[in-house]
Amino acid sequence: MFSYCTDPDTLGRAAWLSCYLTTGSHMSFYWSFVKVLVLLAITAPIALGFGFVGATAARSHVAPVSWLGRLYIAIVRGVPDIAFFLFFVIALDQLFEYGRHRLMCPEWTDPIRQGSDFIVCAQAKLPLGTAPEWVHETYGFFLAVFTFAIVFGAFAANVLFGAMNAVPRAQQETAEAYGMTRRQTFWRVVVPQMWLYALPGLSNLWMVLIKATPLLFLLGIEDIVYWARELGGTKTARFTDYPHGDWRMWYFLALLVFYLGFTKLSEIALGKLTTRLSHGQATTGGEALRKAAA
Amino acid sequence: MSCWQTLQDYGLRSIGIGERLLPRSDFTICEHFVLIGSGMIWNIYFGVFALISGFALATVLALGKASPRAVLRKPAEAFIFVFRGSPLFIQFFFAYFVFLSLKSTHPFFDPFTSAWLGALIVLFFNTSAYSGEIFYGALQSVPKGDVEAADAYGLTGWPRFRRIIWPTTLRLAWPAYTNEAIFLFHATTLVYFSGFPARQQRGDALYYANYFADKTFNPFVPYPILALYFILLTLVVIWIFGRVNARLNRHVPKTARPRLRYRPNLIR
Repeated sequence: MFSYCTDPDTLGRAAWLSCYLTTGSHMSFYWSFVKVLVLLAITAPIALGFGFVGATAARSHVAPVSWLGRLYIAIVRGVPDIAFFLFFVIALDQLFEYGRHRLMCPEWTDPIRQGSDFIVCAQAKLPLGTAPEWVHETYGFFLAVFTFAIVFGAFAANVLFGAMNAVPRAQQETAEAYGMTRRQTFWRVVVPQMWLYALPGLSNLWMVLIKATPLLFLLGIEDIVYWARELGGTKTARFTDYPHGDWRMWYFLALLVFYLGFTKLSEIALGKLTTRLSHGQATTGGEALRKAAA
Repeated sequence: MSCWQTLQDYGLRSIGIGERLLPRSDFTICEHFVLIGSGMIWNIYFGVFALISGFALATVLALGKASPRAVLRKPAEAFIFVFRGSPLFIQFFFAYFVFLSLKSTHPFFDPFTSAWLGALIVLFFNTSAYSGEIFYGALQSVPKGDVEAADAYGLTGWPRFRRIIWPTTLRLAWPAYTNEAIFLFHATTLVYFSGFPARQQRGDALYYANYFADKTFNPFVPYPILALYFILLTLVVIWIFGRVNARLNRHVPKTARPRLRYRPNLIR
């Protein structure tokens, strides 16, 4: 990157390190941190959406809808989590390909499962065999986001379901007494107030979501774990201009520090948010704020 | 090949007893069940030993974090923050590579690079940190009256802790600690997917489930079997911890006893 980097063997320690840390593959390493942040930024709202739909469904007065919501919450919570991550990526991939196969190749008569193979027609392959590399990567990333959203959606549904039930009953009854319909009560009374009750659970979930991001590695994404292993491994002078021993320990130390810092930042931000949401609420926290202000 | 034969060949495959070669084609349901079950040996091994050793360290950490003296409090807080604030997955990788580089200078660290010891140590520290936080919370909520009553009876120091504070702490912490135990067993599935290699294909349950899923391209058989095993394991854990809970609460009126609630969630 720097002009003096043309001949690394002659450089001093600091200069060597500055060159080493700005090689192309290191840029990919730094880029993968962005990938993690993007994953979090996309997944969190989608999972929250899934959670909201799940919780609303579980509260529904129509029995089948309620069962569906409860089933979604129960299934995802009962099973070890990585099993889910490993399972969903293959299952979703096959589901999409099967759906496209049925749509695009209706004349195809061979069975899809032949022994231990899963065969769909060439047009139904996802992504298409002819697609460029970035499409494959994006598709993998999309599958990962979707899997995360499904799993964390169930967790969020559980939290929101509890929070909706925690909104004081008297307030809903008051709303009904004023002649609001169920829909109006839900949107004007329950939803605005539930966030405070949901916040402890949701912030816990956010912490867990942060800590779940290294599982991207298991889903075959070139994430920070992948790059830390690649870059840290022993490099001999034959293959690179920057030979070094086994530095994987230091790369993973950097990841550890990254996660600890991120957790600490989130703790501080969520603490601030709790204070904000507690304003004017009929809870101990809200009362303490009112007293402090008075 | 009969299922009994499969059981003899692969029942203890995960600890290196029995047939060396894993089945390569024409997988039967029986092979799925036997091999994944065989892998459960490792999950149970990691879970049980980490829990037992972690219990002791967790108590020390909780006391340290509750201590008014900064010399004791700061290290305990830091330990808990590091292990609760970072992903277990990264902790496994980091520990493995630390042991690997130590091994090159001190041969003493040779066994630490194997999963049976290295991963166990990481799980031990990890569960200590999580349980330590639970115990700390419980320690803070020991009723003031209990402690005052102990003072009135002239109990101080170690006897007061051992006979009054500690039993109450355990009683209060137990429901949360049960969930931590379940959660730890779930976390043991991460071992062979992180830095620690499975030598000679001796892996845990998820390792074999993944092996089948990779070979057959069919996730719909091995993973539900894995899930079934874990649900059974969870039920056993709940039963054992329920017995302990009943014992801890034997002096409390039946209606006031805290009930164990299975609240799994979370990934570390």
